[in-house]
Amino acid sequence: MAEITMVEAIRQAMDEELARDENVFLVGEDIGKRGGVFRATQGLLEKYGPERVIDSPLAELSIVGVGIGAALYGMHPICEIQFADFIHPAFNQIVNEAAKICYRSNGDWTVPMVIRAPYGGGVGGGLYHSQSVESFFAHVPGLKVVIPSTPYEAKGLLKSAVRDPNPVMVFEPKKGYRLIKGEVPEGEYTIPIGPARISRSGSDLSLFAYGMMHYYSLQAAETAAAEGIDVEVVDLRTLYPVDRETILASARKTGKALVVYEDNLTGGYGAEVAALIAEHAFTDLDAPVRRLAGPDVPAMPFSHPLQDWFMLNPEKIVSAIRDLAGY
Amino acid sequence: MFMDQRESAALDVSEVDVTHAQGQTGSSGGDNLSKETMQEMFWTMLLARRLDERAWVLHRQGKIAFHISAIGHEATQVGAAFALQRGHDWVVPYYRDLALMVAMGMTPTEFALGLMGKQEEPNSGGRQMPSHWSLRRANVVSHSSPVATQTPHAAGIGLAIKMRGDDRIVLTTIGEGSTSQGEWYEGVNWAAIHALPVVFLVENNRYAISERVDRQMAVKSVAEKACGLGLVGVSVDGTDVFAVHQTVREAVDRARRGEGPSVVEAVAYRITPHSSDDDDRTYRSREEVEQNKQRDPLLIARKFLIEEGLLDENTAQEMDAKAKSMVEEAVKTAEQAPYPSPEEALGPVYAEEVKRG
Repeated sequence: MAEITMVEAIRQAMDEELARDENVFLVGEDIGKRGGVFRATQGLLEKYGPERVIDSPLAELSIVGVGIGAALYGMHPICEIQFADFIHPAFNQIVNEAAKICYRSNGDWTVPMVIRAPYGGGVGGGLYHSQSVESFFAHVPGLKVVIPSTPYEAKGLLKSAVRDPNPVMVFEPKKGYRLIKGEVPEGEYTIPIGPARISRSGSDLSLFAYGMMHYYSLQAAETAAAEGIDVEVVDLRTLYPVDRETILASARKTGKALVVYEDNLTGGYGAEVAALIAEHAFTDLDAPVRRLAGPDVPAMPFSHPLQDWFMLNPEKIVSAIRDLAGY
Repeated sequence: MFMDQRESAALDVSEVDVTHAQGQTGSSGGDNLSKETMQEMFWTMLLARRLDERAWVLHRQGKIAFHISAIGHEATQVGAAFALQRGHDWVVPYYRDLALMVAMGMTPTEFALGLMGKQEEPNSGGRQMPSHWSLRRANVVSHSSPVATQTPHAAGIGLAIKMRGDDRIVLTTIGEGSTSQGEWYEGVNWAAIHALPVVFLVENNRYAISERVDRQMAVKSVAEKACGLGLVGVSVDGTDVFAVHQTVREAVDRARRGEGPSVVEAVAYRITPHSSDDDDRTYRSREEVEQNKQRDPLLIARKFLIEEGLLDENTAQEMDAKAKSMVEEAVKTAEQAPYPSPEEALGPVYAEEVKRG
């Protein structure tokens, strides 16, 4: 099996889905000749033509809004928002329209579409190329929210997202696009939307993470293992709908829960994971649920010392593991 | 690209030029509508008007919680609907489109069920407020309350039609105040760039709730906005059903021929308050409203048809009696119909839950 980067896995998924279903098309900024600012769509314009790989105006709400219209007609758009930080103009279209159309029409209309956006920091992107926006959308029934952590997950989850009859948000950890490499099988496969996965089995505490923080958490778990702390790592993969069973089973098994996320601490997605465990696994816990997250400042600053202060890393995660293990 | 400035004077609400507007009455020469079709258009306007009036009464009686009125808009909406291949073309409406929906085949009973939030109402099964339309069987797409969200959807439907090579077109409607939204510009811009088969009908009734049109735009007409976006913009007297029909039909024909989208502004007047929760005495004089009632589109159509010998007084009265009786029957049926059961509120949130009947 070949090792490829995460962005190559994403490109392969879109290539295969474009070939599989003529209703699938891509729309976004600079996705044509430029192949996307991260090259996720490289070569697809040449292969599928400008009718199916559409360079949009610089106007995010209409990337989503036009996608919704096409989906209502029976097409299956994959909308690319160049950076998750730029998704906010489309918030109304995603939250008030895409998420609610099935419910508000009593099922007469559905919106099969994918919205992809690179998220997260650590790449020198400053306030507006570093944000984690998943918690805004993981609050909204009608949406599904997916975040891959490896090339294998990225390809399999994106292919499932394209075959899903609902609006699916796929947030991709941009720092991992080229940094995270992994084996991806040659043949056809998908990964179902919904289930989390145990990426490292352990007995002393459970660490819940997704995306880039999952990558760092696995590294941190190895360091902790050398110190005699056996960490179970759960890759959440799908944030909404959340896989309660896997989360609760792991928390009950180890009796200690650490939730790691890159977003601001307050109201971030990890707060929901922590609440689930506190509400349903309290009597199995040996310690309070812990959250390790970004600080509550508006966004990630640009200058390296400031960015490094904001951004989590394996060392910070190991430190949190030690604290919780010693409770 | 052309601009018709004839309604520009009427946009200045402080001096609504009724006599000027009357000069356009019956300016439908060359539209080649049959007598039967013209009568059917009148009938559709009449039925919508009687439904609308009955809704106000139901609200005053405390039998419904909310009504949003289309009185004064009937010529605009019916003229536009009759320019479509109804059931084949697609429609992306907004909440003031009762007469449009009647023209698209929504029955009086269905409308009354919607007013009361009954289980079998076809828009949403009681989930949405009244007049938030959806009628899948007629290709009428579901819309929401935040304004202009529907405009990019119409562009997207137009894009899909073009991708598939279908011969359909999309009509989308909106109020003039909502054309202040970025979503309107972005949707229209998309359609212009890709020459999509979309007609953007703007129902300019001169008020966005209380805000006069001069608080919404510095141009005289919404049609002027089209010029800046590179598509056809035209303004028409929205109180003249046959004039609207002709203008929208030309836009529909252009779209179907692959010549791209148009903005059509139809200038009318909202004779009633914005909704049952509004009190328009706080922002416009009774004299102004009374003056504009002289341009009641229903009376204009009736007078025109009778004067041209296309309708006789007896038939008109019979039509009115029939409309009133249908409305009463619809209300009675809707009042006896069941509400949704509470557990129906659980879904369908996702497509997997939808039971296709």
